[in-house]
Amino acid sequence: MSLLQIDNLQTHFFTSAGVVKAVDGVSYAVDRGEVLAVVGESGSGKSVTGLSVMGLIDAPGRVVGGAIRFDGREIAGLPNAEMRKLRGARIAMIFQDPMMTLNPVLRIDTQMVETILAHRAMSRSEAWALSRDTLGRVGIPSPDERMRAYPHQFSGGMRQRVAIAIALLNKPDLIIADEPTTALDVTIQAQILHLMQGLVEEERTALVWITHDLSVVAGFADRVAVMYAGEIVEEARTDDLIAAPRHPYTRGLIGSVPSRNLRGRRLAQIPGGAPPALNRPEGCRFAPRCAFCTEGCERPQELRDKVRCWRAAELPEYAEALA
Amino acid sequence: MVFVIRRLLQALFLGLVMSALVFAGIFAVGNPVDILIDPDATQAERARLIAQLGLDRPFHEQYFIFLGNLLQGDFGNSFVYNRPALTLILERMPATLELAFAAIVIAVVLGIPLGVYAGLRHGTPGSQAVMAGSILGFSVPNFWQAIMLIMVFSVMLGWFPVSGRGEVGTFLGIRSSLFTLNGLHHIALPAINLAIGHLALVIRLARSGTREVQAQDFIRFARAKGLSEPRIVLVHLLRNILIPIVTLVGMSFGGLIAFAVVTETIFAWPGMGKLIIDSIRMLDRPVVVAYLIVIVVIFIILNLLVDLLYSLIDPRIRLDEARQ
Ligand SMILES: Nc1ncnc2c1ncn2[C@@H]1O[C@H](COP(=O)(O)OP(=O)(O)OP(=O)(O)O)[C@@H](O)[C@H]1O
Ligand SMILES: [Mg+2]
Repeated sequence: MSLLQIDNLQTHFFTSAGVVKAVDGVSYAVDRGEVLAVVGESGSGKSVTGLSVMGLIDAPGRVVGGAIRFDGREIAGLPNAEMRKLRGARIAMIFQDPMMTLNPVLRIDTQMVETILAHRAMSRSEAWALSRDTLGRVGIPSPDERMRAYPHQFSGGMRQRVAIAIALLNKPDLIIADEPTTALDVTIQAQILHLMQGLVEEERTALVWITHDLSVVAGFADRVAVMYAGEIVEEARTDDLIAAPRHPYTRGLIGSVPSRNLRGRRLAQIPGGAPPALNRPEGCRFAPRCAFCTEGCERPQELRDKVRCWRAAELPEYAEALA
Repeated sequence: MVFVIRRLLQALFLGLVMSALVFAGIFAVGNPVDILIDPDATQAERARLIAQLGLDRPFHEQYFIFLGNLLQGDFGNSFVYNRPALTLILERMPATLELAFAAIVIAVVLGIPLGVYAGLRHGTPGSQAVMAGSILGFSVPNFWQAIMLIMVFSVMLGWFPVSGRGEVGTFLGIRSSLFTLNGLHHIALPAINLAIGHLALVIRLARSGTREVQAQDFIRFARAKGLSEPRIVLVHLLRNILIPIVTLVGMSFGGLIAFAVVTETIFAWPGMGKLIIDSIRMLDRPVVVAYLIVIVVIFIILNLLVDLLYSLIDPRIRLDEARQ
């Protein structure tokens, strides 16, 4: 049994315009010491899935179905007081924009120490020392001084390091990182990635790494789950997925990563955009954009053998398709 | 420090402009002699009084004499009471200050929790009730509201005295009616009357601030850290909504002092507002000028305090940038 196992999760938003099925039957699992990348276009439901695990879905949204098992225990629908004990202690989350995730009017030490004291019986000075050490661990120079600084005195990359340090404070079993490098420039991205990789290995933390950028995933994640329009359309080991993507959407994603392309070839692009959440196709949700769409694709698709495409087996090999 | 000095110079300049304007204004309105002197007085008596008050000199000369005296701390004597104008004002200032202070405390102590509640529970009947109340409080005319308060709470229910200031107590060398029970009993209604409009404003600001801050990532992150709801609201949210509220409080405190006139009149509160109304009616120029200079000084001090508070609340604001 994995540390985190999501089964057929459904999180809907009941808006005045209609029911937005942001997450519509998502299942994935991640174990200790494992990195699962969740990849997909904007609006595919990656964040909402992560927030559902955290129990942080606000009205008008609600987890309406499915199971979220964490360490053998069902946590979907747990009372808020119970969820609060898990959040920040056993499950931590890091968000996309490091400029926005730290409170601008509170010092770093305040924001760190409170995270420890919310969960552990520890003296303030012990909590302070632990915070400082953690700040050092994520590569912030002269942590003693920096503890007393305010967020605006840090660069974006450094702020994301602070957020990571906060996530690590209580030695969580699981970290959900929601596009933590998207807002950073490429060299900083690589540094943060490297840092996270080391930390996760050391502590054998389970990591769910949400991103819309497939190029980040190779060499970092053990497995990849690809999301499209509220569903997982394909899941595979990272190497397999990159070498031999099976779902047409995944093929399109990989085709649009620059480094994957042979020199001189034009970047493949998936035509069109994701369907609006309120008005999705009846059958295969990717069908309107799919190069392989035929008769039969108007049926709803099931996840079979970890691909949500009834034609996956008969499609040409990816390498052939490229040629 | 540069900042404070610049502020003081600014104050000086404003005070100067202010005094010139008021001086000219009252000069234009009429001749105080017409009001001050008994119509039956003889021509000789009239001339003597005019010379005594210095009103026979040309306007600019009068103004420069006034400025010269001002530099020595002399605001001149009231034409009416024949006592130093500044003394008259300072005598009545505590009554007005305590009234304004009580009103601000009521507005803030009730307004912030109500506004935050309305923001957090947006869309619920409780929140809508608070907002309806604030619209009402905002739109009822002050004088009518004062009369209603007196009718209901003093006349019909008999809970509060109808008018006047109560006993004065001394605490830390400050004499105020806030320090005795009888004084508090007297100040309650006028303070509430003065507070209601500002209470409504504080509620609206706190509510919109709460709604805005609540949607920010750092609140979500605070929740993801597993902090308790009270800690999130009291520490993470509250500090972030305080800036506009501090601004409002600073500005309206000045306003309350300067314009407590209606309330002071209706509740027969012996403050500066009543004095100034009477002085304007009597064209008692020294008192009016001194009063306005005092008000300018109060406004400047309040502004300074507000800016200092800003930098305490929000570390991103550096003092010298706060208000150029
Ligand atoms: N509070 C809300 N009310 C209504 N709909 C919402 C709300 N929050 C999210 N959604 C909808 O849920 C869907 C999934 O959103 P989500 O944030 O999970 O996407 P994402 O995959 O994380 O995209 P991105 O890459 O842009 O972060 C979107 O269609 C969005 O419109
Ligand atoms: Mg997202």
